[in-house]
Amino acid sequence: MRLAPIPTRSGLIGLAATALVLSGCAQSDRAESEGGSSEQSGGTFLFAGSAEPVTLDPFFASDGESFRVSRQIFEGLVGTEPGTADPAPLLATGWETSEDGLTTTFDLQEGVTFHDGTEFNAEAVCANFERWYNMPRSAQTEDLTYYYISLFRGFATGPDAGDAIYDSCSADDDLTATVTLNKPFAGFIAALSLPAFSMQSPTALDEYQDDAAGNPRNSEYSTERPTGTGPFTLDSWDRGQQVTLARNDDYWGDVALVDEAVVVAIEDPTARADALRSGEIDGYDLVGPADVAPLEEEGFQVVERDPFNVLYLGMNQAQEPLDDPMVRQAIAHALNIPEIISASMPEGTVPATQFVPDIVMGFNPDVTEYEYDPELAEQMLADAGADGATIEFNYPTGVSRPYMPQPEDTFNVIRSQLEAVGLQIEPVADAWSPDYLEKIQGTDDHGIHLLGWTGDYNDTDNFLGVFFGAESNEWGFDNPELFDALSEARGLPTPEEQEPLYEDINAEIMDYLPGVPLAHPVPSLAFGPDVDGYQQSPVQDEVWNAVSVQE
Amino acid sequence: MLRFALRRLALMVPVLFGLSVLLFAWVRALPGDPARSLLGERATPEAIVAVNEAYGFDQPLLQQYLTYVKALLQGDFGSSIQSGADVLTTFGDRFPATVELALTAMLFAIVVGVPLGYLAARNQGRLLDTAVVSGSLLGVATPVFFLAILLKLVFADWLGWLPTALRQDPRIDATHITNFYVLDGFLTREWDAAWDAMLHLALPAIALGTIPLAIIVRITRASVAEVLHEDYVRTAESKGLSRGTISRRHVLRNALLPVVTTIGLQAGLLLSGAVLTETVFGFNGIGSYLFQAISTRDFPVLQGFIIFIAVIYSLINLVVDLLYGVIDPRVRVS
Repeated sequence: MRLAPIPTRSGLIGLAATALVLSGCAQSDRAESEGGSSEQSGGTFLFAGSAEPVTLDPFFASDGESFRVSRQIFEGLVGTEPGTADPAPLLATGWETSEDGLTTTFDLQEGVTFHDGTEFNAEAVCANFERWYNMPRSAQTEDLTYYYISLFRGFATGPDAGDAIYDSCSADDDLTATVTLNKPFAGFIAALSLPAFSMQSPTALDEYQDDAAGNPRNSEYSTERPTGTGPFTLDSWDRGQQVTLARNDDYWGDVALVDEAVVVAIEDPTARADALRSGEIDGYDLVGPADVAPLEEEGFQVVERDPFNVLYLGMNQAQEPLDDPMVRQAIAHALNIPEIISASMPEGTVPATQFVPDIVMGFNPDVTEYEYDPELAEQMLADAGADGATIEFNYPTGVSRPYMPQPEDTFNVIRSQLEAVGLQIEPVADAWSPDYLEKIQGTDDHGIHLLGWTGDYNDTDNFLGVFFGAESNEWGFDNPELFDALSEARGLPTPEEQEPLYEDINAEIMDYLPGVPLAHPVPSLAFGPDVDGYQQSPVQDEVWNAVSVQE
Repeated sequence: MLRFALRRLALMVPVLFGLSVLLFAWVRALPGDPARSLLGERATPEAIVAVNEAYGFDQPLLQQYLTYVKALLQGDFGSSIQSGADVLTTFGDRFPATVELALTAMLFAIVVGVPLGYLAARNQGRLLDTAVVSGSLLGVATPVFFLAILLKLVFADWLGWLPTALRQDPRIDATHITNFYVLDGFLTREWDAAWDAMLHLALPAIALGTIPLAIIVRITRASVAEVLHEDYVRTAESKGLSRGTISRRHVLRNALLPVVTTIGLQAGLLLSGAVLTETVFGFNGIGSYLFQAISTRDFPVLQGFIIFIAVIYSLINLVVDLLYGVIDPRVRVS
């Protein structure tokens, strides 16, 4: 996920959908609520994010704040199991993929209508797939259609048309749609849980959206008339102030408990905490690490998301002596990770043993681990002829990411640990955006550095492929064996076939040690004492239909 | 007077033109690439090139400038790279918030500052004077963010009287016509909405207004003290005029000139102070937006907003100059 630091959606709805499927009932189950608070609470749920949404047409979005709102309005074919990143039925009750991985047949949820009354059926599904595939050239840039480009690789037109993964969609009958791909894409189902690939009303799109407009993120559809199947409808978007969502009483799943949900933007984390304390908001995302303990003491609820991220210390092999594996191992042995975590990350943060968190497919419990052993580190540096070497250490300032809450503090601890084994550290601080990113990823003018990533959905390639898929300025190494292994794994038709390969790759990477994975910091949400039923999701698939607020 | 105003307005044209050139060069000279900001920490080099092409950032600088000015002359300020939102519309959405805040802060500073300064001058050397002078020293020296924390602690946490974030309680279904929320409340007769907006303005306005307040107190005090020693005041006193008449007709009128100048200058500072205040109080005006635009290298937003601010600043200065004429007729002659 990009700029606004927010994770992905599907928990509650996924659960609701599963429940409905399992019990074999449909709408009659509506009154039954999963959250435990079965009373209709009514009232308003007022939630603060860190920025305004960019657009309410999720296909043109890639930021967490846009997704936060679109998750309430829209649903995709696929959701996630509550509290996990694993794909689960949502608008599709099930699916079957052919052996070659090329065709997937989706069975659709019955009795679903879009907010404008348009029926949700196989034709609507195909209309959405065709819309994405046939995006005009003007919308084929990463700022507009980042997720489609990253995952489906090409459109019907344009220079990358030959690489397009999508081929066609057919409506077999009202409730069965078949999607055909040009090449296997094991992450296909998981990718469909991204809000960017939500189902949108074809009627409303026809009438109010213009994909060819100079700026489709700002069209009438994208700002006033987003039309999905979700538990909330858009009431109004008062630019610069708030998005107001109204309960969708005709929702096919568990109808929301609150009458309306309002999302406001408060940029500063301390200001969000203060607003919660004074009761102006009911809850907020991206709790500053320093606010967690005080808020809990004051009686507020702090909800920790399972981390779906990784923070690492990268080592640029284009700079000596980092090209020497022994030096990289020595650095790994010099790091006391629990100390780094306790000094600069929220409670509950898990030390990392590899470049993926453990809930990601392909996590390997048996990778090589580099124990904290400063004496060994010193010895190895001496053996490598690098004792007392000077190493440039790049770190960002003025930023807090879910995977990197306090980079300055993290830097300080690591610096003293490396100096303790005799290395000379030359600190280089840069403002996060764009200076730091530019330096790390646009040039080879950096030594060791702090960086990380929050995953979008459960696909190992979304971590490993993103980091090590090709030669890059960030790492400064050329390892065709690793690149080939990643590309081979990506090309397999099913996650089951991919899993052993990714396990091997994780082990291989930890032997090669391009950097030291440090931690999976826990991102937190905070709520007032009266809020109930908020289900966290590691990929931020958080839908608010089970949320209640006692007045 | 009218000719004076028109001449000043005409002068703004070359000033703004020069500003647009400087601004364009300066904004582009900032290190870093807006495409990088936009695409985040995992952007591929190809994607960055593609976005730069899409926005024309790969063109020669002069070409880019001409394109920009051409659009500008047609009233098109472009749109944000980050969000795609139209710069002019965003400014319209957010500027009222900042104006509302700055005006309230200024009102607070004037209404409290001028009388305090006057009283201090009238009681020079006494306890009241000492208290006001040291208080204003403290006011000038207190950083806005610290004051903000203090205000939140006292008025929100302890007393629970005032809200600490946003411009209005979103639960109030207020109608917004002008985006000046207090004004909107009056226009629509939604008194609770107006009252709520005023409560939300209180803490940020005090935080933002404290430094101008302290400065106004000091200037007023010094200026009044000086005027009190003028011959014409002594003459008025010996004529047997009442103290109130002397104050109104001779002292304040003469002493206010530097105060008005100061207020005019403060208006510019208020806009920059608003950046911090708006962030700390989650008050979504142009200040916080501008701050984001700088850190993301959102060129069109930066250029557009700074040009708007320059126009507004020039207009405020013009008004201040015209006010001189009203307060002191001697200025009109020259």
